Amino acid sequence: MPPGSQWYDAEAGPLVRPYAVTGGRTRSGPGGVRFDLIALVEADDAAADRRGASLLGPEHRALLSLCGQDARSVAELSADADLPVGVVRVLLGDLLEAGCVRVSRPVPPARLPDEWVLREVIDGLRAL
Amino acid sequence: MSLEHVHSTDGEEAGDSSSLALKILVAGGFGAGKTTLVGAVSEIRPLRTEELLSEAGQLVDDTGGVDQKTTTTVAMDFGRITIRSGLSLYLFGTPGQDRFWFLWDELSQGALGAVVLADTRRLEDCFPAVDYFEHRRIPFVVAVNCFSGARTYAEEDVARALDLDRGTPVVLCDARDPASGKDVLIRMVEYAGRMHTARLLESVGQGAGPE
Repeated sequence: MPPGSQWYDAEAGPLVRPYAVTGGRTRSGPGGVRFDLIALVEADDAAADRRGASLLGPEHRALLSLCGQDARSVAELSADADLPVGVVRVLLGDLLEAGCVRVSRPVPPARLPDEWVLREVIDGLRAL
Repeated sequence: MSLEHVHSTDGEEAGDSSSLALKILVAGGFGAGKTTLVGAVSEIRPLRTEELLSEAGQLVDDTGGVDQKTTTTVAMDFGRITIRSGLSLYLFGTPGQDRFWFLWDELSQGALGAVVLADTRRLEDCFPAVDYFEHRRIPFVVAVNCFSGARTYAEEDVARALDLDRGTPVVLCDARDPASGKDVLIRMVEYAGRMHTARLLESVGQGAGPE
């Protein structure tokens, strides 16, 4: 028995180091895209089939299936795939490069609160 | 190139058809009710996402010679409110401990605004958050979570005790109550709108009203 193994339980956390699923990479590919937490990701099914998703790992496919129906935020993908945000970003970079996903970036801060959007948000909240 | 790919799908030209995601931060001291508030107003079960600290460079917590420990995770609560198809609010509970502040910089980027939860029994706990948002000119409201048994204070008293900039709204709330949480968010969005308009006028110069 390896020393210390008796201490492993659910609290010990994952037994595979998180960045193992990215092949040790902590940044996404050459493009170096930094995905915002609320960037919305949507799977491009046609492209995923065309390019042979077989090259991708199980975590890539898990992410693809999570955003297959509706666009999902990076934060949601991280929570639902049970992977740290940093890892999800690397994997999404791969998917983007392979053309398997579309990403819409959040509105740039400078033009953020268009008055009508805020009005809509307020009315929407009231109606909930 | 992938960067262009991102740009090409940017919502800027796409107009109405594109999805819009707005980010609201929920800050405050430990135990002020951040997780509770996010959970009360979110339509999805409160999720926790984790960020690995080692990724953020040297700002790792002090592991004092514990060399094997290469990563630490910090959890952030988050929730979602769909206003309509293609327009959603995302709420992020900011990590409470001071040593995770570098995460705030990322979280606050592009944020519509913030809610600072205050507990009148430990008002000083929310000073750092108030300071942070004031310095970065991020619109925020202070929501006083009225814990049962705690003495209630008037909004003005809280504003004075926190030395808030004039106009910063103070709202009394019950973080457990969805309706109350919603009101807090409405006040915040209204305030963010006012701040934005004021800044536009400021940048355009005197006399140039929004036509």
